[in-house]
Amino acid sequence: METVDLSWLIGGPQGSGVESGANIFSRVCAAMGYQVFGKREFYSNIKGEHSYFVVRVSDKTIRSNVNDVSVMVSYDAETIFRHADEVTKGGAIIYDSDLSKTKTDEVPSLDNYFKSRLEKLLESKNKEFSISGVLEYVKEKGVKLYPVSFRGILSSVAEETNNPKLKGMIRMFNVLGVSLSLGFLGMPPESLLNSIESIFSKKPKIAEINKQAATYAYNYATAKFEKTKFSLNGGKKEPHTILVQGHQGTAIGKMVSGCRFQPYYPITPASDECVYLESNEILEIKEDRPGSTVVIQTEDEISALGMTIGGALTGTRSSTCTSGPGFSLMAETLGWAGINEVPIVITLYQRSGPSTGLPTRHGQDDLLFAINAGHGEFPRIVYASGDIEESFYDTANCFNYSDVYQVPVIHMLDKFIASSVITCKRFDPEKVTIDRGKLLDRIETEDYKRFEQTEDGISPRSKLGLEKGIFWNTGDERDEYGHISEDPVCRVQMMDKRLSRLEYILKNIPQEDQVVSYGVYEHCIISWGSTKGPILDAIEMLKKENLNVGFLQLKLLHPFPSELVKSLLKDAKTIIDVEANHTGQLGSLFKQNTGKDVDYYILKYTGRAMTSTEIYDSLKKILENKADKREVLTHGA
Amino acid sequence: MALKLSDYKTEFHNDWCPGCGDFGIENAIQMALAEMQIPRHKAAIFSGIGCSGKTSHFINVYGIHTLHGRVLPFAQGAKIANPELTIVAAGGDGDGLGIGAGHFVAAGRRNVDMTYIIFDNGVYGLTKGQASPTLKLGEQTKSLPTPNTNYNVNPIGLAVASGFTFVARAYSYDVRQLKDLIVAAIKHDGLAFLDVLQPCPTYNDINTRDWYAGVESTDSSEKPRPRIYKLEETGFDPVVHYEDEAELDEKLSQALIKSLEWGNKIPTGVFYKNEIITPYRGRIKDKIPNYVENPPALQRISANGKPITDVSKILDSLEV
Repeated sequence: METVDLSWLIGGPQGSGVESGANIFSRVCAAMGYQVFGKREFYSNIKGEHSYFVVRVSDKTIRSNVNDVSVMVSYDAETIFRHADEVTKGGAIIYDSDLSKTKTDEVPSLDNYFKSRLEKLLESKNKEFSISGVLEYVKEKGVKLYPVSFRGILSSVAEETNNPKLKGMIRMFNVLGVSLSLGFLGMPPESLLNSIESIFSKKPKIAEINKQAATYAYNYATAKFEKTKFSLNGGKKEPHTILVQGHQGTAIGKMVSGCRFQPYYPITPASDECVYLESNEILEIKEDRPGSTVVIQTEDEISALGMTIGGALTGTRSSTCTSGPGFSLMAETLGWAGINEVPIVITLYQRSGPSTGLPTRHGQDDLLFAINAGHGEFPRIVYASGDIEESFYDTANCFNYSDVYQVPVIHMLDKFIASSVITCKRFDPEKVTIDRGKLLDRIETEDYKRFEQTEDGISPRSKLGLEKGIFWNTGDERDEYGHISEDPVCRVQMMDKRLSRLEYILKNIPQEDQVVSYGVYEHCIISWGSTKGPILDAIEMLKKENLNVGFLQLKLLHPFPSELVKSLLKDAKTIIDVEANHTGQLGSLFKQNTGKDVDYYILKYTGRAMTSTEIYDSLKKILENKADKREVLTHGA
Repeated sequence: MALKLSDYKTEFHNDWCPGCGDFGIENAIQMALAEMQIPRHKAAIFSGIGCSGKTSHFINVYGIHTLHGRVLPFAQGAKIANPELTIVAAGGDGDGLGIGAGHFVAAGRRNVDMTYIIFDNGVYGLTKGQASPTLKLGEQTKSLPTPNTNYNVNPIGLAVASGFTFVARAYSYDVRQLKDLIVAAIKHDGLAFLDVLQPCPTYNDINTRDWYAGVESTDSSEKPRPRIYKLEETGFDPVVHYEDEAELDEKLSQALIKSLEWGNKIPTGVFYKNEIITPYRGRIKDKIPNYVENPPALQRISANGKPITDVSKILDSLEV
């Protein structure tokens, strides 16, 4: 049987339901038993700018997007202008035929950069600067076109259901687009209707109208659209598969780990996690009264981290969640948590900087900042997850690390993960453990010292409210009780106590949680975070050609597991650093800690995530000795 | 066994300048805790940065000396996570009304049940006497090279406008009144603000102890005319007694008007008190019914090292 692997793209103005359309499509595919990998791209805008969603569907494991689009559905002109050229030969474009005459000049949200690139291309192909010009061009490349009047469909549904109001309901264009796609791909209509019902479960009237329109559009496509090689008519359903969005891994991880306090300040792409936590704030507890996560929206990120620390001092597992600009504001407070050995978790969803940068786009440019943020020297852990599924389990690990080692933990994720939706194995809370380290529940002695010198450098930890556990905290250097001390001998003891922890952490975190090796060959990739998916998919593509490339996924980035990395790489000859930033930050870190240079960089800083196609192409060039030292990737609108 | 005043004192060396107004505030906090017999482990002093920031080290309860301007976020976080704690936040006027002014306003809006004391002396002492937010425009304290170019913040007015539900002023050399106000502030169910006027003998040579005592402004019998007076002695009623727009408007506006008095007559005492407004605890309880009995700090999260939170319904909803 031929394997299924297709990419479906839906686009439209922000606010027109691109995301809900894509959710319906993803849900139907997942329900049929396919693997799904979807990713959303959007502007920093509420309404009107171009937004799109690419959903890749396959019957084998997929972890990334690819360059080629197989089927595109569009109900506005801009999507065609921007994406038609991505549709592969033999692929299909389902579009609103009422838009054929639209010229590039008539779409104000087409920015000049893109417009001039597109017009240059059309000029070179001798085409008009309009939808029909673009479509003629792609038709010549072998793309099949499926024009359909979206308004025409609405009118027919209005007539059929005797509901003239429907005629003008252009808000349903997204549902029409999805339904046409499903009909075209030969997918079963029942799951479409079920999905619509569950999305509009609180609005039965709207659900009904949408179902009528969906059925009509679905039947229309089945009857009128010529079939192509692309079809989705049955995957293999694995039991206990979930369809999960980027922010849900960490959020559910926090619930399970016992995080009960999350102050935050709104910021893209981090706040989705907080909103989700708050929407599920009351928690079911086994054999006990309900628990809860108290989520507080603060006045700024400084306050968010200050409150988080305040919560942590009471013994509550506490965390906050932010992105680059917010994390910048937290730097001073982070140092306070460091010197006072307060366990907190900061979930850092990176986006492209510097400054506001590309506020809704992807980037991995905060690695060195996360490691160095805050003045002075203090211990911390910087830990990165490679995908949504990992982020669930890693969240639990991060809380354990912070409690056991009494350090702030920065859990790195990014916009790519945040706006992805994937199918994966249902998270298993049974695999999670909770280790609160030296947190005390009772104190018997009369002379408790919060920062008592101990063999491992970690002192038994009291909490506010605990009898006989009174302690002092201060951002100043301090003695064993926590009182200010400027004594030079005390200073050395306390600095040594805190910073000796870095070695201790490296010795105690299991190696398989520090670095994940996907095989080491002569050519070996080192990378971190969300590049994992596209790298693994690219490696698999190479494998089919009998080409082997190794891959080390570094999860523990600070303290840096230098010896482990060096020993894992001992047989590798060519080291390739893959990451989504300009300077190759992991490469610098690698050199700083191992003394070795990486041989090649594969970098991307367009603000769009890497596709496996791009990484494959660059790796191939490296294997053929045709690559530049810096391979810079640029795919994606 | 009853707790004595001395039980609330630490042996940590106090390095404030001789004659500093801070001493009066520190003593009054200790007296208030002793009078209320608050168990030492149930109380926490949070402090900011500056001379006043050291207060937490001198009081023998949990003491959290935070960052410059950030005392309120830390303190609120602890109180929200564990509402059983008695929390007093303390900091200077520069700390709370300069670098921390945003948190001051936001804290008022939240109305978390705790007490915030500002040590208000008009200068930044630890950095050698720069103008603080409460120093008046055009005044030149002794280490300022030129007169102050900023208009002053009105702490009482700002507190009232920000939503603090107990707003009072005290004077650090009237320790009895100060202690009484701290007790009232701690007992108040909501966020209480106490602006404590406090001479800085080293850097503020304008608002000195003598100036507050009115030594230079004598009456006909050559007796000094003290600037400080007590609102309660004038029949001033700061309390919002019932839920009514006119009542609220009256109490808010009289507090604002009183807050503008300065110079020869400086009011102390309670300016405004409103226990009708729900404290933050109640707002959380509206969403999380068992929050007060089972707040974050008291929740069990694991049994034998395994999680006890049951997320199966959430995971069911994600299953395809």
